[in-house]
Amino acid sequence: MSHAPAEPLDAWADAGVGRWLWAFVYKTYVVAEFEVRKLRHDPTELITRAVQPALWLLIFGEVFTRVRAIPTGGIPYLDFMAPGILAQSVLFVAIFSGIALIWERDLGIVHKLFVSPTPRAALVIGKALSAGVRSFSQVVIVYTLAVLLGVHMNWSPVALGGVIAAVIIGAACFATLSLIIASLVRTRERFMGIGQLLTMPLFFASNAIYPLAIMPPWLHAVARVNPLSYEVDALRALMIPAGQSAFGIGMDFLLLLVSTVVLVTIAARVYPRVVT
Amino acid sequence: MNVLETKQLTRRFGDLVAVDSISIQVQAGQMFGLLGSNGAGKTTAVKMLTTLLPPTSGTATVAGFDIGREAPKVRRSIGYVPQMISADGNLTGYENLLIFAKLYDIPRREREGRIRDSLALMDLQEAGGRMVHDYSGGMIRRLEIAQSMLHRPRVLFLDEPTIGLDPIARNAVWDRLRQLRDEFGTTIFLTTHAMEEADALCDVLAILHRGAVVIVGSPRELKAGLGMENATLDDVFVRYAGTALESGGSYRDVSRTRRTARRVG
Repeated sequence: MSHAPAEPLDAWADAGVGRWLWAFVYKTYVVAEFEVRKLRHDPTELITRAVQPALWLLIFGEVFTRVRAIPTGGIPYLDFMAPGILAQSVLFVAIFSGIALIWERDLGIVHKLFVSPTPRAALVIGKALSAGVRSFSQVVIVYTLAVLLGVHMNWSPVALGGVIAAVIIGAACFATLSLIIASLVRTRERFMGIGQLLTMPLFFASNAIYPLAIMPPWLHAVARVNPLSYEVDALRALMIPAGQSAFGIGMDFLLLLVSTVVLVTIAARVYPRVVT
Repeated sequence: MNVLETKQLTRRFGDLVAVDSISIQVQAGQMFGLLGSNGAGKTTAVKMLTTLLPPTSGTATVAGFDIGREAPKVRRSIGYVPQMISADGNLTGYENLLIFAKLYDIPRREREGRIRDSLALMDLQEAGGRMVHDYSGGMIRRLEIAQSMLHRPRVLFLDEPTIGLDPIARNAVWDRLRQLRDEFGTTIFLTTHAMEEADALCDVLAILHRGAVVIVGSPRELKAGLGMENATLDDVFVRYAGTALESGGSYRDVSRTRRTARRVG
């Protein structure tokens, strides 16, 4: 067998933009594909993840729907809350997804991926998208629970497509944040600490379980820069027929996408440090 | 022809000089061994040559490409088997190969054939469909070598390829490496602290001590150079790298090495 020197296929860095873009998208897909394959081999994670949203909807939701203390714009509290709980469970899936990177780093898996001719950003986005795929199960779980609890859902295909898009982008956004944290802290203990530290403020300083309108000004300001608020806002408008968007669905998606792109850019820079 | 060449390659971490101005040449088709105790700088050197870690100063070319400016081309030309386990336990052996076939742009029509050949070459045909977390340490190592050879790299880097393997598994890995060199003309660059391995496999050795190369030569030359009768590589190593007691690597190195040994073994 002979060694062909770097042939045209090799030198995609030198190739045209179209070809580069295609290679980039393809590599991103490959990275995500293998994360999904791992999930298929061992789907227990998907089942254990069902517990938390169930508790929130069944206990917190059932109680607060009787309290009627939260102004929801005339819709039942459970209806108001269901999109918030979906966003929350997606946040939880995504924000801890970076721990896998620390496992893979303690082994040599990440090292070998970095030595392969795969763009750094493709490694980041591929991982982030796989968190989006993991979050599909959350959509199924929250929808099932919501229907059982008598929440009126919007079943139009367009709305469902929008929900899935919002979930995938939201998951990718927080999964990328998680990857950045994992790349910087490098140990499981520190990572878990920071993950715990982040999830509660992200969740409570958002419109997930109460509207922004009732927040004191400082908290309102925090919630307005929290990407989760925009994910919830889009989900609330799309999931329930009576739901209304406070910021406009287009704005929600735009801000989610911009946050994700900014985070991916940072992640592609800090991610390679994980192997040094 | 030199397929790998370093000039005053240096890497510092703060005050620590992990790799101290090493200048080495490796010829195409050679098996080159970088020898040193734990913490001598072997892994840092390999990380620089495989583009994982930028050098603090100095340069190196691999397969004719500069490791800094032409890193993407270097990556296309090399294979890398890290010291720690790099096959994914949550995938099958076949899937572990498939992902790298795709990442290295092996054309779709050639993929299945390459994967089949690689599995056969590494004696893993039967195990291809099984999950890697059920593999033995020797099988994992052979799978990792198969992964790193799919795209027929010109240079294959192996960091402590047989650490933690029993003698039978170790011999199997050695045989496969010799076969790669003979069949594909692959240049093999490995690090080890096992003198037996260096003696059995390598054409040329460089001994690394506290980041610096202290001597280079074939195992025979190095042994003859001592002027002792029946000198072994252990004698050579002790002469040039001092006694092992004063070195031994940091806590992190040691814990990592032991963990790898436990997982592989």
